Amino acid sequence: MLVELGHFALVLALLVALVQGTVPLVGASMRSRPLMDLARHAALLQFGLVALAFAVFMHAHIVSDFSVRNVFENSNTAKPMLYKVSGVWGSHEGSMMLWVLMLTLFGGLVAAVGRSLPRTLRARTLAIQGLLGFGTLAFIIGTSNPFDRLFPVPADGRDLNPLLQDPGLAFHPPFLYFGYVGFSITYSFAIAALIEGRIGAQWARWVRPWSLTAWCGLTIGIAMGSWWAYYVLGWGGWWYWDPVENASFMPWLLGTALLHSAAVVEKRETLQRWTVLLAILTFGMSLIGTFLVRSGVLTSVHSFAVDPTRGVFILVLIALVIGGGLVLYALRAPGLETGNPFVPVSREGAVVLNNLLLCAGMATVFLGTFYPLFAEVWSGAKLSVGPQFFDATFVPILAPAIIAMVIGPVLAWRRGNLTATLQRLLPAVLGALLAPLVVFAFDRDAPLAALAGVALAVWAMLGVLTDLADRSGFVKQPLGTAWRRLRHLPRGTWGYAIAHFGVGVLIAGITVSTAWRSERIETLHAGDTVEIAGRTLRLVGVTEGDVANYHAQRAQIVVERPGGAPITLYPERRWYPVARSQTTNTAIATNGLGDLYLALGDPDGQGGWVVRAYYNPLVPWIWFGALLAALGGLVSLSDRRLRLRLPTARTAVAITPSGSADN
Amino acid sequence: MIRRLFFMAVLAAGIGWPAAQAVEPSERLADPALEARARSLSQELRCLVCQNQSIDESNADLAHDLRVLLRQRLAAGDSDRQVLDYMVARYGVFVLLDPPFAPVTYLLWLTPPLVVLGAGIFLVLRARRRRPHADPPALTDEERARAALLLGERG
Repeated sequence: MLVELGHFALVLALLVALVQGTVPLVGASMRSRPLMDLARHAALLQFGLVALAFAVFMHAHIVSDFSVRNVFENSNTAKPMLYKVSGVWGSHEGSMMLWVLMLTLFGGLVAAVGRSLPRTLRARTLAIQGLLGFGTLAFIIGTSNPFDRLFPVPADGRDLNPLLQDPGLAFHPPFLYFGYVGFSITYSFAIAALIEGRIGAQWARWVRPWSLTAWCGLTIGIAMGSWWAYYVLGWGGWWYWDPVENASFMPWLLGTALLHSAAVVEKRETLQRWTVLLAILTFGMSLIGTFLVRSGVLTSVHSFAVDPTRGVFILVLIALVIGGGLVLYALRAPGLETGNPFVPVSREGAVVLNNLLLCAGMATVFLGTFYPLFAEVWSGAKLSVGPQFFDATFVPILAPAIIAMVIGPVLAWRRGNLTATLQRLLPAVLGALLAPLVVFAFDRDAPLAALAGVALAVWAMLGVLTDLADRSGFVKQPLGTAWRRLRHLPRGTWGYAIAHFGVGVLIAGITVSTAWRSERIETLHAGDTVEIAGRTLRLVGVTEGDVANYHAQRAQIVVERPGGAPITLYPERRWYPVARSQTTNTAIATNGLGDLYLALGDPDGQGGWVVRAYYNPLVPWIWFGALLAALGGLVSLSDRRLRLRLPTARTAVAITPSGSADN
Repeated sequence: MIRRLFFMAVLAAGIGWPAAQAVEPSERLADPALEARARSLSQELRCLVCQNQSIDESNADLAHDLRVLLRQRLAAGDSDRQVLDYMVARYGVFVLLDPPFAPVTYLLWLTPPLVVLGAGIFLVLRARRRRPHADPPALTDEERARAALLLGERG
């Protein structure tokens, strides 16, 4: 009964979405207030209905209602409660439910907090969001109904893929989807602006916080996914250039470009058309990513979503969303106002450069991801595009972006002076030149790429510190004054500083962990020892036992290092009998500067066990840096200037003098 | 990521493939230099039955066989090139994770530099088209006096 209620709510949401996607558009062109205001109520109602359906679906998972096919296929009574909840989005149907929940959440949020938006813009934005909801709900109800029943009702379920039964993965999809789908609202804003034919600073004031919100979610989601891959897959890798990773990385790259260009629109009223285009493409990439993951196009028979109707449906949706958006753009963009002029060497110029590099990087990832598919379709050739391709193309394209990332914020708006800027950044310049030399002095075998990475990391981190010191006057002012000024820098400035510093930390983590990791793979008997990175590992023994829904083999390994207390780690292998699969549960000891990473391998049949030990220096900095970047975004969001308020008459007057002087 | 996992799980359920773990101690060559070459080569070779994994990372039976085969070729005195050619002859270009520069991959390898070049040309043209605007006209004496007054108030 409850399940039917959920199903009904979903169908009702589809109808509400249809109304939300059409009536307000008509209302906006007729200037009819009641019709326009319908958008708000419809968006809230649509969110409520989808949330109800989602709650019912989750309830079915929690109480293990195996009459629902999806629960039977992805759950089991013995499964721990945490994974009964997270199992909701562990399947295709469930992840699409999460997708549409996020989509309607963003629509509902704009309806709830968007009171000060111009009425027509709000109505049109919500209408576009409604159409997106209509497409997704039609997809779910038509091809991936989560409420399909099963009769006769099975006694127990098939259990969730054990690799997904992990706290890291339990919380990773909600963040990822929050970001992924969050860009739908910037898309809707862009389309609404194209329909209106006007893009002003007000529009950017709205788009920027939303793109920043989505971006923060996506950043955290990708970081969590990568961290999970690192500790679950058992050999210490953290990024594989896997199509599914690329699917989330492509919208991230464009979203990063989008939030920077949106900031330029807001502050300088220029780059409007480019920003609208980016907003369309960013969400387009989110959809293409969904297509990649959900249609099974890249692995054909091997994918778990083998049904081609899904792929075709999403393709049509992509064609409508991206194609429709681009056609509208081609028709309307020439009529949009041209922005304020600026010279190439200026803060705007730096953002343009970074945008282009981010887009070129995105194009490279796109090409590498889809090329095997294209090649097979065109010439029948089966070929692989592995990490080597991405390392050889993406990394060199993004390296100059890191250089520009430090210079840009120090340059003046409109017309900058590169020489003077580099002089202000002198400590960072010197640091970036010296650091690789110091590293080289310690390790003559250091690869060139690692030295370049060290230089970039130091450049990014020192660059931000130099700029902060400069902005607060640490050299010229008394210490107290400078300290006070530093504390009172705008939140937006702090946000930029934290995020850009995080990028430096991230690069340091990537570079050092890749270039200087060490590895020992040995067969150990109880009592045997092995040395790695100055530590001695001793296998005490391996115990076996049944826990919850799996059988565990657990090694006890004592780690000793000179001058430190010994610690004990327990790497584990788990056998899930219902799902019939084996997982590795690694044991990681971290001190923030490096991870000792242990994984238990196969027994050799003579009392010995394969033990894989890795020492990954600075590897935690990868996720620490990514989280700093997301934190920077959140700090930026908390800036008073971004509190979703449009400039009132008073503030508008207050900013006139500086504005007019610039023009 | 998730999809690859599903694939791995499907495979694990089907053929009893244990979770991702690579190189076994028993496979290793005695000569460290040769073993180092084997490791670096095995990162360039695809595990053909896996989703986007090299034979260095995968514990599929096939990956194990390929690792052993690769080491046999190296021990027999093959150069890196010869080993890769041997693998391509047996399994096709699909086995190479690092796609070679060949007619079928011209588009793949040439597009990124062309995109960057195109972006560069775009920037140069844009800079040319929008000549740096002349500075705003110099201030009149009256404006200068007002500016001094305003600035004086703040400083």
